[in-house]
Amino acid sequence: MKLPFYINNFLSETGSISRFITRFFGQLFHPRYEIRQFIRQCYLIGCLSFPLIAITGFIMGLVLTMQLRPSLIAYGVESQLPIMVSLAIVREIGPVITALIFAGKISSGIGAELGSMKVTEQIDAMEVSGTNPFKYLVVTRVLATTLMLPLLTVLSDVISLYGSYLGVNIKGHTSLQLYFFQVFHTLQFSDVLPALIKTVFFGFAIGIIGCYKGYNSSKGTEGVGRSANAAVVISSLFIFIIDLVTVQITDILGLN
Amino acid sequence: MQSESNISIIDTQEPVIKITGLKKGFGNRVVLDGFNLELKRGESVVVLGRSGSGKSVLIKCVIGLYKADEGEIFVLGKKISELDYEGMDKIRANVGFLFQSNALYDSMTVRENLEFPMRRHLKNISPEDVEKRIIETLTHVGLAHTIEMMPSELSGGMQKRIALARTLVLNPEIILYDEPTTGLDPVTGKEISTLMTETQRLYNTSSIIISHDMKCVQRTADRIAVLVDGVCYAIGTYNELERSNDEKVKQFFE
Ligand SMILES: Nc1ncnc2c1ncn2[C@@H]1O[C@H](COP(=O)(O)OP(=O)(O)OP(=O)(O)O)[C@@H](O)[C@H]1O
Ligand SMILES: [Mg+2]
Repeated sequence: MKLPFYINNFLSETGSISRFITRFFGQLFHPRYEIRQFIRQCYLIGCLSFPLIAITGFIMGLVLTMQLRPSLIAYGVESQLPIMVSLAIVREIGPVITALIFAGKISSGIGAELGSMKVTEQIDAMEVSGTNPFKYLVVTRVLATTLMLPLLTVLSDVISLYGSYLGVNIKGHTSLQLYFFQVFHTLQFSDVLPALIKTVFFGFAIGIIGCYKGYNSSKGTEGVGRSANAAVVISSLFIFIIDLVTVQITDILGLN
Repeated sequence: MQSESNISIIDTQEPVIKITGLKKGFGNRVVLDGFNLELKRGESVVVLGRSGSGKSVLIKCVIGLYKADEGEIFVLGKKISELDYEGMDKIRANVGFLFQSNALYDSMTVRENLEFPMRRHLKNISPEDVEKRIIETLTHVGLAHTIEMMPSELSGGMQKRIALARTLVLNPEIILYDEPTTGLDPVTGKEISTLMTETQRLYNTSSIIISHDMKCVQRTADRIAVLVDGVCYAIGTYNELERSNDEKVKQFFE
């Protein structure tokens, strides 16, 4: 039996991504550890993404608050505004939006960078220079995205809440103290933890897919462009799939 | 057909590279189909072949970037199919590879490019030695002033020379050149060929050179191997092959 082309393609791609992930874990606990390169990548991937994440987070909190207000007024529960917004941000919108922006910036960047290193034989050159390019390039980047995205999400959440505070104060009056008292009073451990755990998976997916696409880039500049593009598309898709899976799991575990 | 006609004085020595019956394919496509070659110490062998005939694949097999499907490759007396990662690293420290596309790390300066293989291969080298060797090699290729530049700021010929410097910085015993003069103007091409022969003399390296550029071939080759249909179709000196009547050999010398 011959499978249609696209199904065949999908299955073989899934297989080779799985092999890539297996290879990642195989090399992760094997010296030599590229600590310096890891730290560098954390800086490049994490710190340099912070301004973008901060701006979008702030706007997101502000806009969300302004949009929610009329509905809440209609139901006569305007005072619940901080609670509603903070729940929405911390549980869902913060992690997902941050991850999507992060994917757009980082996954495509990694895809293009590794892709061009591949086609210009820089990866081969590393290999003959006594360096395991998989460790040097892939393991460090994937670890960096996995570690940095949760941190960025926390920061983004906090900044969003400040944005939201501003939104609350455009038409009403709440002191910062009261606002955050209300917010932290509402937020449970079970709101924060699952949301943070899923960002670890988001970060991993973004890193590994960017690296996979770049590392397996086909010859030529066109191949590099395609890798970068596919990296963003696939990792964005994965973010939603992971989101869906985690919400099911937390539901089953009764954490909702 | 291994020619025995040009037995020279160094023939008593063990070859630094010995390739026997090398086969390599990708999917259904057979690229190398039983290739044989010996490289003696201090010798330069040029591999001639049409584009896509598998020349790059051949030398990538020698350095272990591709695994041979069949056949054996001995480098500096070691059978590379039996080496583990560390063993292969030791070989790689002694075998320089000049990539067809230069493969300079474009996120690093020239200095960092040269530093990289040294830091990686020679674990105990002192920073002063690293610096000394970098300056020395850059001076050898005539580009000491570019030390702080990025590869993207250099012309194609300069990049080629930096790439050569990066392979030389480890003082390799063997250098594999993948089309060192392709894409360069004749004058720069000549400079690179001269640099290669000078390097050979100065550092006493052995080399396999892949080239289409007959001027470069003539300048650098001790022997020439013609790669046709995945095998070493003919081997001999420039003059021997130039006089050949064989169609497949003649086409390279027109
Ligand atoms: N990684 C690979 N996967 C699949 N096929 C490959 C791979 N590398 C090389 N090939 C195929 O092997 C053949 C020989 O390639 P190679 O790069 O050795 O050619 P070449 O002789 O160096 O040509 P050129 O002079 O153009 O550089 C080509 O047909 C190429 O398509
Ligand atoms: Mg080639």
